[in-house]
Amino acid sequence: MPTRIIGHVKRVNGPVITVCDITDAEMLELVRIGEQQLIGEVVKLFDGEATIQVYEDATGVKPGDNVYGSAMPLCVELGPGIIGSIYDGIQRPLEKLEEASGTFIARGLTFDGIDHKKLWHFVPSVKLGDSVSGGSVIAEVQESETIVHKILIEPTVGDGVITKIADEGDYNVDEIVATVSQEKSKDINVSMVQKWPIRNPRPVKKRLPFHAPLVTGLRVIDTLFPIAKGGTVAIPGGFGTGKTMTQHAIAQWCDADIIVYIGCGERGNEMTDVLREFPQLVDPKTGKSLMERTILIANTSNMPVSAREASIYTGITIAEYYRDMGYAVAIMADSTSRWAEALRELSGRMEEMPAEEGFPAYLATRIAEFYERAGLMETLCDKEGSVSVIGAVSPPGGDFSEPVTMHTKRFVRCFWGLDRSLASARHYPAISWTESYSEYLQDVKSWWNERSDDKWQSNRKEIMELLQKEERLQQIVKLVGADALPDSQNFILEVCSLFKNAFLQQNAFDKIDRYSIVEKQTKMLSCILTYWHKGLEAIEKGVPLVKLRRLRVVQDVAKIKFSISNDDVQEIDKLELKLERSIEKLGGIYED
Amino acid sequence: MKTNDEKIDRRLLAGREYRGSSRIDGPLVYMRNTHPIGYGELVEIVAPDGSRRSGQVLDTSDEVVCVQVFEGTTGLTLPKTGMHFLGHPLTLSVSESMLGRVMNGLGKSRDGSPIAQGQFDRDVNGSPINPTARIYPRDFIQTGISVIDGMTTLIQGQKLPIFSGNGMSHNQLAAQIAKQAKVRGGDSDFAIVFAAMGVKYDVARFFIDSFEESGVIDNVALFLSLADDPSIERTITPRTALTLAEYLAFDLGKQVLVIMTDMTNYCESLREISTLRGEIPSRKGYPGYLYSNLAELYERSGKVRGSKGSITQLPILSMPNDDISHPIPDLTGYITEGQIVFDRGLHSRDLYPPINPLPSLSRLMKDGIGEGMTREDHPHLSNQLFASYSHVQDVRNLASVIGEEELTSIDKQYLKFGQFFENNFISQDFDEDRSIEDTLNIAWQALGYLPSEELQRLSEDEIDEYWQEMED
Repeated sequence: MPTRIIGHVKRVNGPVITVCDITDAEMLELVRIGEQQLIGEVVKLFDGEATIQVYEDATGVKPGDNVYGSAMPLCVELGPGIIGSIYDGIQRPLEKLEEASGTFIARGLTFDGIDHKKLWHFVPSVKLGDSVSGGSVIAEVQESETIVHKILIEPTVGDGVITKIADEGDYNVDEIVATVSQEKSKDINVSMVQKWPIRNPRPVKKRLPFHAPLVTGLRVIDTLFPIAKGGTVAIPGGFGTGKTMTQHAIAQWCDADIIVYIGCGERGNEMTDVLREFPQLVDPKTGKSLMERTILIANTSNMPVSAREASIYTGITIAEYYRDMGYAVAIMADSTSRWAEALRELSGRMEEMPAEEGFPAYLATRIAEFYERAGLMETLCDKEGSVSVIGAVSPPGGDFSEPVTMHTKRFVRCFWGLDRSLASARHYPAISWTESYSEYLQDVKSWWNERSDDKWQSNRKEIMELLQKEERLQQIVKLVGADALPDSQNFILEVCSLFKNAFLQQNAFDKIDRYSIVEKQTKMLSCILTYWHKGLEAIEKGVPLVKLRRLRVVQDVAKIKFSISNDDVQEIDKLELKLERSIEKLGGIYED
Repeated sequence: MKTNDEKIDRRLLAGREYRGSSRIDGPLVYMRNTHPIGYGELVEIVAPDGSRRSGQVLDTSDEVVCVQVFEGTTGLTLPKTGMHFLGHPLTLSVSESMLGRVMNGLGKSRDGSPIAQGQFDRDVNGSPINPTARIYPRDFIQTGISVIDGMTTLIQGQKLPIFSGNGMSHNQLAAQIAKQAKVRGGDSDFAIVFAAMGVKYDVARFFIDSFEESGVIDNVALFLSLADDPSIERTITPRTALTLAEYLAFDLGKQVLVIMTDMTNYCESLREISTLRGEIPSRKGYPGYLYSNLAELYERSGKVRGSKGSITQLPILSMPNDDISHPIPDLTGYITEGQIVFDRGLHSRDLYPPINPLPSLSRLMKDGIGEGMTREDHPHLSNQLFASYSHVQDVRNLASVIGEEELTSIDKQYLKFGQFFENNFISQDFDEDRSIEDTLNIAWQALGYLPSEELQRLSEDEIDEYWQEMED
């Protein structure tokens, strides 16, 4: 318990407390308030007074209460034992909180982010005399069944040599496992745990250009609007359009090594759903439980608003730590709007001058700072690691012109707009193909072309053009009805409808359909385009559209997503051949 | 940790009466020169005529304390207003004997006879439920209403609001759900907690009558803060009600259904206080913390480990001007697990319940339906209904431009499907209790108006088993 008194409470207004008689409080210092020991953070200093945001409900705090300083900023603990945990917004393990206070979360509780007693099997990877520097790997620990945790030297340490290294064996995270001697300063003792302030990005060597996509298994994303590993994307959508479902699906099936799932101001039951479901699901890459690669941060909507503001930073700092070991990490932030609203609420309580819709003027800066922490990096230990950020945005009234969506759009390079009318028709994922875009197409082009006989880019372009044409034709249909169109144009509607139903739409609860491997995606697309090319030829020969539509094999194509599993994708080739033959046969009847 | 000395100290301080407030503004009273007052403390206000009211500290500093008075400030004067600061937040003494009683928003008796002191005093603001302590809700509640059971299934422990508008039949629907709701094969130790915020007396009367009629009134606790009661009392009413609900569900293991009406009035009262305090408004003048504030209410539902009880919430809100993007329905939709949306068009065609399934949604439905829970065809069937009924809307739009005659034959079939669906599936009687099997069978009848090739969301086996072409 900190004993350094830095001031006394002067005024309490919800989660914002003004403190007077300030002695030596530091900016962004972690503090404890009153005898209940509520956790808070200094956010403003002026004229011997400080403003503190409290991470817990402030009921009962009264003027005159002592405020204690901890002499350090809000930090997270980094070390083995993070994987598989579920934390609140300031890295308190929720399971520990439950042990301490039961069903409801009591106030003033403190717990370490990781277990300091547990023993880990330590395998050194350096030997005496090796030269190391900040960020170097000195050992490995098997953290979960799938994740090897690399023990890193803190990034702030300068060059030095190893003068002591522990033998292979079981240690807890507090024990000194290595000593680094430096020429000009004191020896540095290294344990398996380190602390890092959540608001500072962890350093890297340099940023690298993107080259591979983050494969999500969702066809509309991978094929039409891909995100690169290390990229940023925003998913805006009104309530009920499926933001959370999309995030869950990506968290389950994407090919990142580690997932950090931040439930920021969202529903309690959704986090329970993840907790219940993830341990049972199997990671397609490793065959192990998904929980073996997942870290959850749950600050639900009824938990204190300041901790909601912090949860985003807690999450990304943990992600950066694993990136520094050379892993590809993906962050789901659900939802960044709640985080922005927390900023607004705190800003309002501090009586700051508001900008648009009551949001503080620094909203755009904060959003930019957050998304800039993503990227594909060369780490200090010369590995390639990435942090990809997938941020949900919840625009009020589903209106994309509100400040959070607008500012987010400025700083992300990929945009998956969710459409209410698609959601109403239960077309999930309800990602609109007219509003969404991806600026990563050029970056991932060669990766995809390598895996699709150089066809991905041209096929994608072709189907996008068809969708555009369909959009225009729909306008006409709305005025005169589909019957007024010639068969060749009606066929565009037909192909697009097939593409939407059979390809874009994906059932997250179907065992086969919920996740499509790259090969299945490219083959399915090629199959649908074959229908378009061959069908158009047939129509030009005079085949009526009705006959074409009634072909049995077309129905089979429509059901590929349910009937052909990822393991036997070559079946799709056979089907494509059959489709080609049937249409040619049909054309043969009408020729001459 | 409070020491013993401090406890005695607090009690002495609570006995101290401060007189002479410095400012009275709407429901807010400001008092200077007090001892240090805790944030959120309960305050007892002594009016000049000697009557006592209660209030809560909204803002405290070493200079001035701002108190909101729940019963309103009518009759208070600057010099003669007395205040006791009780040293603890507003609590409710919870007991099972509150069932069958009518109380005001603070949990005090409204029907004359006193309410027995309960065993526990609970802070009405509650504490957040730890997500790891929750049990994911998945028990299907059969409401007997087809469009809800079939397409926006209610799950035990869910919070599912009704988005309605003025003059629509949301009260009837809530009463019907309260009357008919049952978990199949589940135990029947249930209770209803009813919180009325700013509604008219007739509305409260309607609910009481309907509870009496169905014989459940002894299991209902009513917290009424009616339209002519001080608006400030509405801000505390749902909290009091939910505090009792938490006790009934998590301490006593009952299945509790909480009906809260009308959430719009609650939000209006919050806005009133916020404006009076000169806070910076966000959308439409509502305070920036409206989302967090609503979440504190709605998240007090669900099921938790170590208790067999549950809290299911059915908040009712009237959308101002039928606008679903208004901040109140909008923020509510972001917190709750779905919504039931009323449609003015269906209502004016005299269909009951006027629920439009397309914007309606139940997020917990996916895990509570299907084989072993309702029937194996339910998931695909409801999906198909959404897709087909959504197409009906497109066809109708088209028909209004080019005329029905010009439609393709398949589109004409869609119109017939839509007609049957609305008149037979959506619409039902106020006292009609349909089993889930009936509901699903009616849905299949409706799909009989469409050719089987159109049913892409259903599997072939399901079509073979249930689908039958309907004759005109």
